[in-house]
Amino acid sequence: MIVRRAGFLTSVQDVDRTGFREFGVSTSGALDSFALRVANLLVGNGERAAGLEITLGGLQLCFDDERIVAWCGGEFDVHIGSTALPAGHTAFLRAGEELKFGRPQIGCRCWLAVSGGIDVPLVLGSRSTDLRAQFGGFEGRTLRDGDELVLGKFRRSPAFAKATADKQAVPTAGISSWTAPHDWASPAKRDPILRFVRGIDSSRFNDVTIQHFASETFTVLPDSDRMGVRFDGSELQREDNVDLTSEAVAPGTIQVPPSGKPILLLGDCQTIGGYPKIAHVITVDLGIAAQLRAGDHVRFSEVLLADAHRLLLERERELERFRIGLSLQGS
Amino acid sequence: MEIIPLGDSALIVRVRERFEDSPEETLDEVLRTFQQLRSAAIPSVIELAPAYTTVAVFFDPVAVAKARERPGEVFGWLKEQILHVVAAGGDRGKRRKTKRAIRSVEIPVCYDPEFASDLDDVARRAGLSTKEVVDLHSVAEYRVACIGFVPGFPFLTGLPKKLATPRRDTPRKEIPPGSVGIGGAQTGIYPLRSPGGWNLIGRTPLSLFNPKKNPPALLRAGDRVRFRAITKEAFEALKRGEAFE
Repeated sequence: MIVRRAGFLTSVQDVDRTGFREFGVSTSGALDSFALRVANLLVGNGERAAGLEITLGGLQLCFDDERIVAWCGGEFDVHIGSTALPAGHTAFLRAGEELKFGRPQIGCRCWLAVSGGIDVPLVLGSRSTDLRAQFGGFEGRTLRDGDELVLGKFRRSPAFAKATADKQAVPTAGISSWTAPHDWASPAKRDPILRFVRGIDSSRFNDVTIQHFASETFTVLPDSDRMGVRFDGSELQREDNVDLTSEAVAPGTIQVPPSGKPILLLGDCQTIGGYPKIAHVITVDLGIAAQLRAGDHVRFSEVLLADAHRLLLERERELERFRIGLSLQGS
Repeated sequence: MEIIPLGDSALIVRVRERFEDSPEETLDEVLRTFQQLRSAAIPSVIELAPAYTTVAVFFDPVAVAKARERPGEVFGWLKEQILHVVAAGGDRGKRRKTKRAIRSVEIPVCYDPEFASDLDDVARRAGLSTKEVVDLHSVAEYRVACIGFVPGFPFLTGLPKKLATPRRDTPRKEIPPGSVGIGGAQTGIYPLRSPGGWNLIGRTPLSLFNPKKNPPALLRAGDRVRFRAITKEAFEALKRGEAFE
């Protein structure tokens, strides 16, 4: 697969990198790992296969053999030649065809899965690019124009053979009519609400501050990146002034530095931090958080830990049913 | 001991409230808990990470919930498991040898002015000569309290009080790998080219982080560390040696 245009910021990512936090290694991985898992399932990959994380579009790929592709994420215009490929649908690409990602209308990132996966070496158990420490993925960096990515092998099922044959006759026939559930394929929202559970240090803030946090609108600042989303809004000042001992943080943690402006940590965040943790965005909402870009307005809404777990379990059960549905379709 | 949720997929076991009061004991206790939890291999636990006063436990809530059939009890169940492991470990610990061997690692450091842009500042603040600073820094014994900030970065406790120096007002945009710095009451080593605000007083030729190795980091929490002052020539020779590894 040839990268004709690398776009604004594109990197190879799989679900995550775990097992090396004690050495300070971040999780990295797709900021919306669920979106990548769904895209992988759509093209017949294992859920943990490596795909591309595309930020703000501009990516153009050319394939040197036939492949199935699917993508999930923000509202991007994606085209194969002149045919649009909506989120959550699969497309059969012939050798030489081009896949183009335009600028997003809503959100800022999407995840592309290609049948066979992106075949970069496993580094510390993952194919994800650690952009901060510059290892893993494709040469430990974001993609550049002209890069050539090796794709993994995949099984050409009878359904695949039929679809490529159909496509010979009608070019638009290569795009599936069925799709992944809309919420999974297109999780980006205008002015979203992110659900959170109380943070370890929430008691260091008084009730009024917590109320501000849980009711006011915060605006995403431009210096947000894969490490974290920075917010502007009412200043969240702590009650005490104790220097906290550094301890673990995780993607989803919302910490409040002395400026009082909260930061929501994402996949490339450090493994430890010393700022008070006011809240944690729940796992099922991390995909929405991954779409935030400068100027977006966000509100936070509290849920109980048990609800966070219930929502996550429900989503996994639905994914299980989706997986079974797909396997029936493929046979 | 306190067990507190860190979001919905992790929790923190706070072994002690404060670190500075008794760093050595706290570290030993945290590492003991870390080892106990590691060997217990509680189902659904993905990984553990010690830091100062805590051990963080990362888990798969879906795996716990599926096994329990009650999503409302994920945290409660894990907490129970952890308390059980720690309590049982305390008993068994008395029978078996109580302490695992603590590794000692010697790190060669060249304190040459070329690598020590802030050595003068540190000396001036401490009211010492630069040689005295180097002597104090390389005679002390340290322990790794935590690895973090960037992969392989050791936060070392045990810095002689006189050498404590506040972080620089303006952090440097790029610090060369191997740089040894002082930040407040701690000393540490930058494993990778990264930004940073610590006062630089030397550089080691050793590689602190290599993702191609397992474990990828030279140091881990609990290690004893000493610095050995080396000349520029020795630095260059060791650096060449590292390159061949």
